[in-house]
Amino acid sequence: MTKRARFENVSLSFETPKGRLNVVEDVSYDINDGDFIAVIGPSGCGKTTMMSMLAGFQRPTTGNVLFDGRPVAGPGPERGVIFQEYGVFPWLTVKQNIAFGLTLSANRVAAGERDAICDHYLGLMGLSDFASSYPKHLSGGMRQRLAIARAYAVKPQFLLMDEPFGALDAQTRSNMQNLLLKVLETEGKTVMLITHSVEEAIYLASRIVVVTARPARIREIIDVPFAYPRDESIQERPEFGELRSYIKQLVMDEYRAQQAQMRPASFSE
Amino acid sequence: MNGAGVRRFGLGLIPWVGAILLWYTVRWSGFVNVSLIPAPHQVAAKFFELLTKEGLLVDIFVSTRRVFFGVALGILAAVPVGFLLGWYRPARTFADPMINFFRALPPIALIPLVIVYFGVDEVAKLVILFYASFFSGVIVMYEGVSQITPLYIRVAQTLGASQAEIFRKVIIPLTVPHILTALRVALGVAWATLVASELIAAQRGLGAMIQNASTYFLLDVIYVGIICIGLIALIMDMILRRITARLLVWQDRVVA
Ligand SMILES: Nc1ncnc2c1ncn2[C@@H]1O[C@H](COP(=O)(O)OP(=O)(O)O)[C@@H](O)[C@H]1O
Ligand SMILES: [Mg+2]
Repeated sequence: MTKRARFENVSLSFETPKGRLNVVEDVSYDINDGDFIAVIGPSGCGKTTMMSMLAGFQRPTTGNVLFDGRPVAGPGPERGVIFQEYGVFPWLTVKQNIAFGLTLSANRVAAGERDAICDHYLGLMGLSDFASSYPKHLSGGMRQRLAIARAYAVKPQFLLMDEPFGALDAQTRSNMQNLLLKVLETEGKTVMLITHSVEEAIYLASRIVVVTARPARIREIIDVPFAYPRDESIQERPEFGELRSYIKQLVMDEYRAQQAQMRPASFSE
Repeated sequence: MNGAGVRRFGLGLIPWVGAILLWYTVRWSGFVNVSLIPAPHQVAAKFFELLTKEGLLVDIFVSTRRVFFGVALGILAAVPVGFLLGWYRPARTFADPMINFFRALPPIALIPLVIVYFGVDEVAKLVILFYASFFSGVIVMYEGVSQITPLYIRVAQTLGASQAEIFRKVIIPLTVPHILTALRVALGVAWATLVASELIAAQRGLGAMIQNASTYFLLDVIYVGIICIGLIALIMDMILRRITARLLVWQDRVVA
């Protein structure tokens, strides 16, 4: 197995008006080719910050974040990012959004091929009927699928997804999870997914990184014992339930720790 | 025109009809001296007289041209300046107090100085209108640009966009709405400043016409001048709104 990405004793702190805020502390783990890593932890603990170091938007204060053996110097098309806020371009139509990356000099393809790629993802994400609509006409779930299609179109080896399904209703969410599994099966990618749903983490990931209340440290790394391809039936298996209770307990502990941390802060304001 | 179009047009007409009725009512109510308020039909007659015999069209043309060039030059300068101020926070901290100082100065207060430095010809009026459009436009631009979220730029970076591509494909489309808003605001302010600028001993122009009429107490001419200024401003704003709606179909905002 080739190592794709590596966190090496990574810490990050922000200078704020109220002093130094440690957000990530001494985090180390490897992500291998083909891994599906889910990161789970209480909200506000530093998950997005951790991911944005690998995406190239933040530098660690100490330690190293490596991609393909080299320190990450900035964002790049080999690391696709799906942002928590989607970030679909409102001034472009659905199809133009998907084509955006393919019109850039970093990954330019001939117009015919671009069209073919767009049509492929339009179909896959169920957006064909909306190809020439503007994002203002799309539902939350459709915007999310558009953001995914746009990221996929430039064929990144590595996908970083920040709570991609967090804002969707249960039904759409489960459809999106199954679609993601299907796409991974055919296109084989390495994924780092941030989520706050334990079920989602177990259902999708090959490894789960549970992080602590802020500053985010590694609480535990858990291997998920289900082989791919997976379908919803694994959620009925007893091992799924056991794993779920175990992880829920960990997450709940950290959630309480995070709450305890926030309370005095909100009083002092 | 289809049914809905007729309906909308009709609805838009009602307040105008109401205003004219109110005008007649005030005139005939007995509370005011009738000679101080020319009747709408008298003003309309005066309008045609001015149009056919006194070259009203020349005044309209001269004023519109002044506003047009004043706003065009003002916005041409306001777009890059406003953009830089909005984009680079330090530049804003540095320039903000100064811009607000100049914006707070009513252009009319500058007229004596403008006369001293630029004389009383066309350049002087252009300077005043430029001043008014620039400072109103620059504020709109920089406040708009400073609110552009970095999210879209980050997205473009993760897709492999270079600095130049980010500017061309992300920043420009996000700036266009603010340019259009700046243009609309500047047009409004420029028309408001027009009369003031034409007070600088203008020979022609709607402001000059009003000014001359007031020395001879020609109330009906003053009314014609005021209504013309309002109508032209309204037409320009409507045209600009059409263009905005065209260019910004992607926006959530409902543009009439
Ligand atoms: N640029 C920044 N400057 C200061 N504080 C920040 C910055 N970005 C994030 N934080 C703080 O770091 C903490 C972790 O944020 P984040 O990584 O977004 O958490 P999560 O994604 O786990 O919810 C939060 O308390 C947040 O307020
Ligand atoms: Mg987050």
